[in-house]
Amino acid sequence: MTAASPPQVLRAPLVVEFPFTRSLGPVQSAFLTGLREGVVLGVRTADRKVMVPPVEYDPVTAEEIRELVEVAATGTVTTWAWNDRPRPHQPLDTPFAWVLVKLDGADTALLHVLDAPGPEAVHTGMRVRVRWAAERTGAITDIACFEPYEGPAGGEAAPHDGDFAGAVTGIVAQARLDYVYSPGRAQTAYINALSEQKTVGERCPSCQKVYVPPRGACPTCGVATTDQVEVGPAGTVTTYCIVNIKARNLDIEVPYVYAHIALDGAGLALHGRIGGIPYDQVRMGLRVEPVWTEGGRYPDHYRPTGEPDADYDAYKELI
Amino acid sequence: MARYAREVAVVAFAQSDHLRRTDELSEVEMVMPVLHQVLAATGLKAGEIGFTCSGSSDYLAGRAFSFTMTLDGVGAWPPISESHVEMDGAWALYEAWVKIQTGEADTALVYSYGKSSPGSVRDVLTRQLDPYYVAPLWPDSVALAALQAQALIDAGETDEPALAAIGARSRAAAETNPHAQLSGSVPQGDYQVRPLRTGDCPPIGDGVAAVILAAGDLARQLCERPAWITGIDHRIEAHSLGLRDLTDSPSTRIAAEHAGVFEAPVDTAELHAPFSSQEVVLRKALGLGDGVSVNPSGGALAANPVMAAGLIRIGEAAARIHRGESDRAVAHATSGPCLQQNLVAVLEGDRA
Ligand SMILES: [Zn+2]
Repeated sequence: MTAASPPQVLRAPLVVEFPFTRSLGPVQSAFLTGLREGVVLGVRTADRKVMVPPVEYDPVTAEEIRELVEVAATGTVTTWAWNDRPRPHQPLDTPFAWVLVKLDGADTALLHVLDAPGPEAVHTGMRVRVRWAAERTGAITDIACFEPYEGPAGGEAAPHDGDFAGAVTGIVAQARLDYVYSPGRAQTAYINALSEQKTVGERCPSCQKVYVPPRGACPTCGVATTDQVEVGPAGTVTTYCIVNIKARNLDIEVPYVYAHIALDGAGLALHGRIGGIPYDQVRMGLRVEPVWTEGGRYPDHYRPTGEPDADYDAYKELI
Repeated sequence: MARYAREVAVVAFAQSDHLRRTDELSEVEMVMPVLHQVLAATGLKAGEIGFTCSGSSDYLAGRAFSFTMTLDGVGAWPPISESHVEMDGAWALYEAWVKIQTGEADTALVYSYGKSSPGSVRDVLTRQLDPYYVAPLWPDSVALAALQAQALIDAGETDEPALAAIGARSRAAAETNPHAQLSGSVPQGDYQVRPLRTGDCPPIGDGVAAVILAAGDLARQLCERPAWITGIDHRIEAHSLGLRDLTDSPSTRIAAEHAGVFEAPVDTAELHAPFSSQEVVLRKALGLGDGVSVNPSGGALAANPVMAAGLIRIGEAAARIHRGESDRAVAHATSGPCLQQNLVAVLEGDRA
């Protein structure tokens, strides 16, 4: 890279994982517990339609529905789509068809996948049956997939009390999404400067305020901040709090002080921990400087510089 | 115009170039130039806007409350009257329109953006599905659209050549749209999820759109030919795909009835149909004949920044009215799988 070329934006993998724990209502509980037991349940609406998968409220009238029925594990494909390249987490890792299947005895269709040798083996109207998963836990994936089926059709939906021993009352909805995060131009410059133990902000061309860390825009003027300015290294404590709760996995003795620090030349305060002074001697106006640890990517904490305290008027606009 | 308490018009529209990736820009850096452009078109300053509303989704970027960062680009200090929808910006426009109808604002800035490039948008969108019965199967957006396309083919409403022609027509129209991500002749390609081929699917990209709304005489001052919103409505259908007739869009039809689409002919339709097959459904629901210019901008098959593509349809329809190329246009936005939710707006210009 030559000196004139703009620095490459930073990028890094970002993984978002969230296991949502969700409770089930009586209808969803019966349905998912039924799958665990190898039974497919639906609900019957006031106008005698059987809905599989079952819902708790009629989508037309919004009436509560509780009348459970059992339907067959065989059915008919109402539409399909051939997926040559299964994506991560999908039910089968070989090419398969997405299908909507109207199970025998049901009036609505269930979304799932169909294991078939190729698209020529699939058509709307084809007959299929459930292939159960070897291990079942009370989840939609207890249906491993559907498979082609030549045998007799199932009969009408039959009443079912939905009572199972050890009913499933909740699910954990696992999700993982993978991203490549890029902080953009302004924050890349800030992070790169930190790696040289410098703090840079950006000046608003309109109001002249220096933002640190810079996000690329002045929120007062709504214009881009592009003029880079090195600030600090020393600064002034504008306000602070005393932390008495020990954070998990954090090797800092309590109590300690967390402060807003206006670095010299900055138009607003950033925050950091104050060290090198007893917690009860930290005060507004205290002059501090950053302390970097070996290989640290940002100041570990700030410590007193030994200078006289800053005059209140010098930092009151930055509180 | 007697349908609503106040006359409200789209008086300006701006959009970014829609690109496959914008790694060098944070969200606010991507949004800000478009905000400046739309404000400049009216001469309004950020502080003169009565209400600001945005649309976006944290799931695209993978970060919570990411929209708050883009407020820096609006100029949110001193405090402004502001709101956000975790939806396409067309729904942000609806909220802003309601705000103006109540008399609490006379102008509104509406913007939305989508930065799909950090993640895999096909997989990300699976997280908006029913978490009990559907999301654990990870059916991606193309797969769900393909189920709808096959249902249309089985019903005899289209076939693969007709779908390919929709894609080709859209990308040909996009040749006159400098912001489009895909334009000109694009190979129809292989099946993505059969029966949909590459050419039936939208490009994945990053982009921004912004619109300014104004009421009554103020609209007339800000814009030579305001695009009056003479009707707007949105409807939703059951989330379970197996409950719906995928060959039809009753929510679009009902929204269109309430918006007054059928009360007089339209000359232009900007439809948010990310997949070619969805245009077939929407044309039927809106009763569009061959005389209507459908997606002269190229539509979502030419640029589909998720969360902005619907607002762009309203903006493109309005811009045609501003330029005198349309007198009565219908704009449509969609959200959710297989056209689950639909917003319909009628835009009209004053006749000479
Ligand atoms: Zn400023």
